[in-house]
Order: sequence, then structure tokens, then C-alpha cells
Amino acid sequence: MQALFGQLLIGLINGAFYAMLSLGLAVIFGLLNIINFTHGAQYMMGAFCAWFLLNKAGVGYWWALLLAPIIVGAIGIVIERTMLARLYKLDHLYGLLLTFGLALIIQGVFRNEFGSSGLPYQIPSELTGGMNLGFMFLPIYRGWVIVASLVLCFSTWYVIERTKLGSYLRAATENPTLVQAFGVNVPRMITLTFGFGVGLAALAGVMAAPIYQVNPLMGADMIIVVFAVVVIGGMGSIMGAILTGFGLGVVEGLTKYFYPEASNTVIFVVMVIVLMFRPAGLFGRER
Amino acid sequence: MLIGTALMTVALAVAPLVGVYPVFLMKALCFALFACAFNLLLGFGGLLSFGHAMFLGTAGYVCAHAAKVWGFPPELAIATGTAAAALLGAVVGSLAIRRQGIYFAMITLAVAQMMYFFYLQTPFTHGEDGIQAVPRGHLFGLLDLSQPLTIYYTVLTIFVGAFLLIYRIIHSPFGQVLKAIRENEPRAISLGYDADRYKLLAFVLSATLAGLAGATKAIVFQLASLTDVHWSMSGEVVLMTLLGGMGTIFGPVVGAFVIAGLENYLAGFGEWVTIITGVIFVVCVLAFRRGIVGELAAWWARRAA
Repeated sequence: MQALFGQLLIGLINGAFYAMLSLGLAVIFGLLNIINFTHGAQYMMGAFCAWFLLNKAGVGYWWALLLAPIIVGAIGIVIERTMLARLYKLDHLYGLLLTFGLALIIQGVFRNEFGSSGLPYQIPSELTGGMNLGFMFLPIYRGWVIVASLVLCFSTWYVIERTKLGSYLRAATENPTLVQAFGVNVPRMITLTFGFGVGLAALAGVMAAPIYQVNPLMGADMIIVVFAVVVIGGMGSIMGAILTGFGLGVVEGLTKYFYPEASNTVIFVVMVIVLMFRPAGLFGRER
Repeated sequence: MLIGTALMTVALAVAPLVGVYPVFLMKALCFALFACAFNLLLGFGGLLSFGHAMFLGTAGYVCAHAAKVWGFPPELAIATGTAAAALLGAVVGSLAIRRQGIYFAMITLAVAQMMYFFYLQTPFTHGEDGIQAVPRGHLFGLLDLSQPLTIYYTVLTIFVGAFLLIYRIIHSPFGQVLKAIRENEPRAISLGYDADRYKLLAFVLSATLAGLAGATKAIVFQLASLTDVHWSMSGEVVLMTLLGGMGTIFGPVVGAFVIAGLENYLAGFGEWVTIITGVIFVVCVLAFRRGIVGELAAWWARRAA
């Protein structure tokens, strides 16, 4: 029983990261129509940013939670302005190819500097230790990650689905020309949305740093799983991305307990099954 | 076009005699065939597969296993490997063509990653070690493939044969319909073409030829390993095609030779290969979308006009 709950917890943690990353991908895709292949690299950069802040500048975890997304998001904005903005009139596949190339560059540079072994990052002192829940032992930091990512996901959902700003955003997704005609600065909105999506990836990276080690390749394999999550959920809805992310994390955790050999592949198998019966994804619309 | 093919064949036939290292040429030829197969799908079908390494790797593993464990002669081992890739192509293709564009790329990438984990865990591939010391054997029981020049000309024959086949496919009525679907799918459907069937056939053909490249590569290098099923290999074939010129006939060949040469040259520099690969991607997408052959053709057309 202990082991089952242990795997469920790991599944929820992974699910939290899947949800945060696929949420960022979905927000970016909604407005830019670009699948951001650099997302995994930006998640990794978030974790490295936290490590740098702690080890080179003495800035702790809590400030890193704020600063790393801003720094990495700003880098994202530069990338959007200087490169991606040139591709909007072309086939969307070029955006995918460009961001793939950028991901290779970023990962290559970090591997050159830090090798492929991980760097440790301490859990902040406020969140060390654990709680005994009776049926299992819950390390406080892991509980914090799950709660924090839930709050983050649902606030993003709230902003996009329930506020004025979000309604501009959704309108620009449907018809950018018309929204521009109403006096909304759509290009600036696109840039900021990209920065926000990237910042979300970096934030996930900071949260991941104490759990997984800070490793140049931590995002490379993650991003492919997140792509499968996105295909399963469909890009139609923000809520869909959140639910699919957490759900698949749990499915993966359960597989680790019942049939560990398949734990690496289970998400891809789910994707194949979903494609056979609902090609648009669980929450997606055909378009 | 025929003159170009003849020139290319002669140049490749003479190259090992004038001192170009045959192992390098064979590696480049296998990649060139792989890239040509990929280009058939992307350049003419408009479908970007980000998981083509699964066909290269699957054929490599099956071919190596057939040659080493079952004791198949090389021609039969290559045929078995290629058939395995065709079968996988039919299964994956029927799933992936349900979605288009970006989704198609993500689905192929995810399925390829699934195959990667499968090959990592299944016993017959020997995990991280790969299948080593695959016997080259005697082609048709006659030609000893352990002779460097014999195997080189065998690989060259396979490559030129497959290249001509691809040329034939592109210029057949099937190829024309495929281009029509790429340009305007709803219109092609309204003209009565079953677009999904054409796309599936293109996918299977591309997977099969990619498999032929993988199986040949396994015999040449006497090795089938995880490198050939990893996503970075899928990225590499996209790069070769993009750099050489997608949708051109010779582009993938040029791209493959450039990238193979680059990797050979940079082999000692560790991670720099990844970084430079990434830089070429970015430069190609931002400034050089027609690729080497595409730019040359455009320059030639401007000069003629």
C-alpha cells in the first residue's frame, strides 16, 4: 500500500509538470499557431537560472520563483521579436523547425558547460521535512509543488477564460485582424503571450530543480512526453490541458506500480488509443 | 535530370578509387537514401514526420538480428529489415494521417519515442550495447562483402536504384496527385481523389525506403544501435533535407553529404556538433528556406530569364 501511494504521489508530481508545460504550449499555440519546441529547453533554463541565482548570487528559492520566469521569459521575448516574428506569414512548420534548432543550440551550450550529470539544488529550509498522513509519508516540498501548480494552472485558466484581458486574447486567437481593428495592439499581445508561456515553463523548471537534479537534458525527454499529452488533450481548451496533464501523470504513476516495464511508454500508448477513437483529442475541436 | 543522375553515379563510382574514404562515402550514401525517402514525404507530400528514425532503426535492428541470429544471407536480411519498416510504416501511417500539420509532426515524434523505449527494454536489441558484430556475409552467395570495394559498389547500387525509384514515383500520376493534395487538399478531395489513401501510401513508401537505408547501414557498419532510433536522428534527417532543399530531387543527397562530412570533421569536438546543427537549422529557416539545391536552381532560373 505504501508503495502504491508513493507511486501515486510521484505520478501527481510528474502530472503537475506535464500540466504546467502543456498549459504553456497550449497558450502559445492558441495565439501564435506555433508549437514551441524550445519549451523543454526553457524549462531546463528555469532550473539552471535558480541554480545560478543561489550559487553565484546567493539569491534563494523564493526569489528564484519570481526572477527565473522573468529572466527566461525576457529571453523568450527576444527570440520571438528577432526570429519567430519573421515566420508568421509562412507555413507553421517553419516555427517548429526554428524552435527545434534553438532547443539544440541551448541544450548543446549547457552540456558543453556542465556535462550531462546533474547539479544538486537544496530544498528551501521552510519546506524540508515531511508529514505522516497515516497511510503514507508526504515530503512537504512535494505537497507544495502539487498545490502551487494547481493554483498556478487554475489562475491561468481564470485569467484566460474569465477576465477582460483573457477575452481579448481569445478573440485574437479567433480573428487577429478584427481585434487589431478594434484598437488592440495584437503584435504586442502575441509577444507578451509568448513571454508568459515561456515564463511558465521556467517557473516549472525552478519548482523541479529540488526534485530532479538540475541537468542540461532534463527538458529534452520531457518535451516529447508533453507533446503526447498535448495530442491526447487536444489544444482546444486550457482546462483540457490541465486535466490531461494531471490525469496522465497519475496513469503513469499507477503503471509504475502495477507494470513497471511499461511506465516509459504508457503515455504514448494512451495517445495511440485516443487517436484511434477521438482524433481531435479528448478536449479538442476539429479544425 | 538524367544527366545529373548519371554524373552523380559516375562521380560516386570513381570517388573511392581516387582516395575518398569508402566508409565515409557509405555512411553518407545511407544518410542520403534516408533523406531522399524523407523528402518524398515532406517535399512532395507536405507531411513533416518528426519520427523517421523509427523506420531507419527498426529496419537496422531486424536486419542485424536476421543476419546474426537467424543466419540470413545479406540480401535476405536487408529485405527482411525493409519489410519490417514497411509494416511499421503502415501501422504508424494509418494513425498519424488522422491529423495534419503540427499534430502530424508531434504524433510521429511521440510514436518514435515509444519505439525508442521499446528497443531500449526489449532483450533482442541488447539495450545500450546494440547488436554488434553483424556478419556481412556473401551477397547472393557469390560476392564477399567483407571486401571494401565490393560492399561499396553494392551500397552504391542500392542507393542509385532507390534514387531512380523515388524519381519515378514523383513523376508518376501518383506523385502528381500527391502534389495536388499538398497544395490544396479539399480541392483534390472534391476532384474525387481519396486523399487519405494517397497520403498513407506515400507514408508507407517513405518508411520502406528509410528502412532500406537502415538495413543497408546495419550491414555496412555491422552494428544496429539505439542512436538510429533516437529522436536526434529524426531531427538530423529533417536538417539534411532542409539544408539540401526540400522538394528538390538532389537536395537531400547534397544535404546528407554536407552533414555527414561536417559530423566527420567535428567528431572530436563533443557537443559542438549539436550546437552547429542547431545553428544550421536556425539559419536555414530564417534565411535559406530553399536549401542549397533550391537556391542554385533559383539562381539558374534568374540567370536564364
